[in-house]
Amino acid sequence: MVEENQGLSKMIELTIDDKKVVAKEGDSILKVARENKIYIPALCYLEGVSSFGGCRVCVVEIKGSTRVFASCVTPVSEGMEVITDSERLRRYRKWAIELLLAERPHVCSVCVANGSCELQQLATELGVDHLRVEREWTNYELDLTHERFAYDPNRCILCTRCIRVCDEIEGVHTIDLMFRGKNSKVIFDLDDKWSFAESCTSCGKCSAVCPVGALYVKGKPHSEVKKKELVSFVISRRIEKTIG
Amino acid sequence: MKPDELRNLAQREAELRKSYRYRINVCCSSGCMPFGALKVLSAFKDAVKELGVEEECYVARTGCIGTCSIAPAVLVEPGDYLYQNVTTDKVKEIVKEHIVNGRPVKEMLYGNEAYFKKQLRIVLRNAGKIDPLRIEDYIAVGGYYALLKALTRMTPEGVIEEVALSGLKGRGGAGFLTGLKWRYVARATGSPKYVIANLDEGDPGVFANRTLAEADPHAIIEGMAIAAYAVGASKGYIYVRSEYPLAVETLKKAIEAARSMGFLGEKIFETVFSFDIELRLGAGAFVAGEETAILASIEGRRAMPRPRPPYPAHSGLWGKPTLINNVETFANVPVILLKGSEWFASIGVKNCTGTKCFSLTGKVNNPGLIEVPMGITLGEVVFEIGGGVPPGRKFKAVQVGGPSGGFLPENLLNLPIDYESLNKAGAIMGSGGIVVLDDTSCMVDTAKFFTEFCVDESCGKCVPCRAGLYKLYKILDGFTRGKGSLEDLNKVEELCEFIKEASLCGLGQTAPNPTLTTLKYFRDEYIAHIVEKKCPAGKCFKNGGGESGVE
Repeated sequence: MVEENQGLSKMIELTIDDKKVVAKEGDSILKVARENKIYIPALCYLEGVSSFGGCRVCVVEIKGSTRVFASCVTPVSEGMEVITDSERLRRYRKWAIELLLAERPHVCSVCVANGSCELQQLATELGVDHLRVEREWTNYELDLTHERFAYDPNRCILCTRCIRVCDEIEGVHTIDLMFRGKNSKVIFDLDDKWSFAESCTSCGKCSAVCPVGALYVKGKPHSEVKKKELVSFVISRRIEKTIG
Repeated sequence: MKPDELRNLAQREAELRKSYRYRINVCCSSGCMPFGALKVLSAFKDAVKELGVEEECYVARTGCIGTCSIAPAVLVEPGDYLYQNVTTDKVKEIVKEHIVNGRPVKEMLYGNEAYFKKQLRIVLRNAGKIDPLRIEDYIAVGGYYALLKALTRMTPEGVIEEVALSGLKGRGGAGFLTGLKWRYVARATGSPKYVIANLDEGDPGVFANRTLAEADPHAIIEGMAIAAYAVGASKGYIYVRSEYPLAVETLKKAIEAARSMGFLGEKIFETVFSFDIELRLGAGAFVAGEETAILASIEGRRAMPRPRPPYPAHSGLWGKPTLINNVETFANVPVILLKGSEWFASIGVKNCTGTKCFSLTGKVNNPGLIEVPMGITLGEVVFEIGGGVPPGRKFKAVQVGGPSGGFLPENLLNLPIDYESLNKAGAIMGSGGIVVLDDTSCMVDTAKFFTEFCVDESCGKCVPCRAGLYKLYKILDGFTRGKGSLEDLNKVEELCEFIKEASLCGLGQTAPNPTLTTLKYFRDEYIAHIVEKKCPAGKCFKNGGGESGVE
């Protein structure tokens, strides 16, 4: 995970897609690119929390190396020449999205995130019009026990955004991963039902940052939640807490 | 312990060793144990007593002698007479004839000299010849002298220079120059610094590190202590799989013994240098052997790799500079300091010096733990040391480097074993596994088997490894059940490229190797499966699929 540099740090110069840019040493390529209005598609990346480097959508090429690098976790360095778009990168990004779509049953028409889903957007953007690999039909049980929120593991892409906001922003670390590999599952406390997860403060940050429809506010389309619901909810909770 | 005390103890022990005319070494490693090695050991002790030769014959419980095909193996010194398949009823005759009458029992000897001829034992110098649980045995053969030399006659920089000049490369598989790594850690700012020995050998069919730890744990401990002195660390961890109970037990006792003798702890050899080692057990994850995952696991977190940089040399355990080497790398160090870098550099080939331990298994006549100089060819290992495939069978392929190593065909048998040549051919050095396959193995089924292993062991962090490998497995599984088309082969290649190039850590980056190499060298078998729906080896299409294949 790339630690975002706080205090005074050295400024360096690098090239991103033939554009000369100045950046703080230690910042990630993705951050520097965004600051300079250069677009790199990304999925598990979330501004404000630590970077994970799992989805591999934000891969870039660096001149002088045959490998590709996840730009969200690769720090910039002096004289670095970054390429953010190439036939090869588009191929890899497409594979990443296709594999995610095939990994669990993503059916947009019955998903709360339809229209505001980042996976869906990227699939359209990268030209995913069919899947070259067989789809999996996982059958995880839905968790509807929480009074306000719901969790559908069948839509989860294991980006760990929820885990990171819960740990780093809310500071309670209710959410974490269980098992490994393709069996990995996002869980609450020790794999409790959500409403029984005692450490959960019901802040709602997890559902607000979920790029897909795995964590959502009951009865609300994702698009609305993201815009206003969460903000007002968080504020109302803060007020509740201060008063209470 | 004072330097003089070590010298005196070594002398006393060496004299004690000499006072016995014979020494019977009974291999009690995990390879020989299931065949009743411990019973054989006590039978020897009884027989020696019964026949009244206790005074002149010492019976020792040792680690692996290297010849796992003739378990339990017993080595009688002097003369290195190696007895094969020793059972309790043979013990009395061996003692009576060999020890009392001085006539080795020829019929029971392992006559295969070719097995040892091309081997060179540096790491395994003491394996099978000392009792791993007696620290005095290790001291008698010059143990902890290298540590004494380093602490009293060399500067830390001098130690690093010596290791760098030897050309030693990391034996964990990646082959990074050890001296350079040590220098990075030595120069890194931050305190305290840590040293980690990696013994998380989880590859199927690989037992090289395990056997080393069971046979000569002090070589690892001494190597670590020297490394700690060189880089300025005061604390070390040995990360060992909990699936290796004998190695864990042996290491635990060895660390205690080293501590009680003063080779670990405060002010070692009355210098200012202090160093101690703690054992950490893995919880059964293959990926924990990856160097950033090992850090997470030791810190008590989920064994998930993280991207580098920052490298552990700068930010490792708890964010402090950390040196991580394989146990085999550490075991090389004491010898390098004692015999000199020049001597070490003269072994092996240019750019790849020294030796490498391999566990030789599969369809081979003489499986076992071997150590060969770098640059030896695959053919020499398989046919001269290994004795080729069983009679009546035909050699098909050899896999080098564990579950993510590539399969190499017959026409590559003259390939020299060094990091560069192996990588070029699509295989890897890995942690030291050589698996031989004969014509009864189906390459599609084998590729599927190893892909399945990597699917199970993927930590799940990055998409190519977690989702990509599983899809790859599903496609390969389809081939063994009569599903799939020739176009799928291109898809497999494209998917493999994505997994190899875009994965976060070494596990995903190397996991497609078995598939890619079998596609490259044994494409006809894939075509036979897809087009003719036939398995040339007769493995697949039974019960709807190959041998592996249940989820």
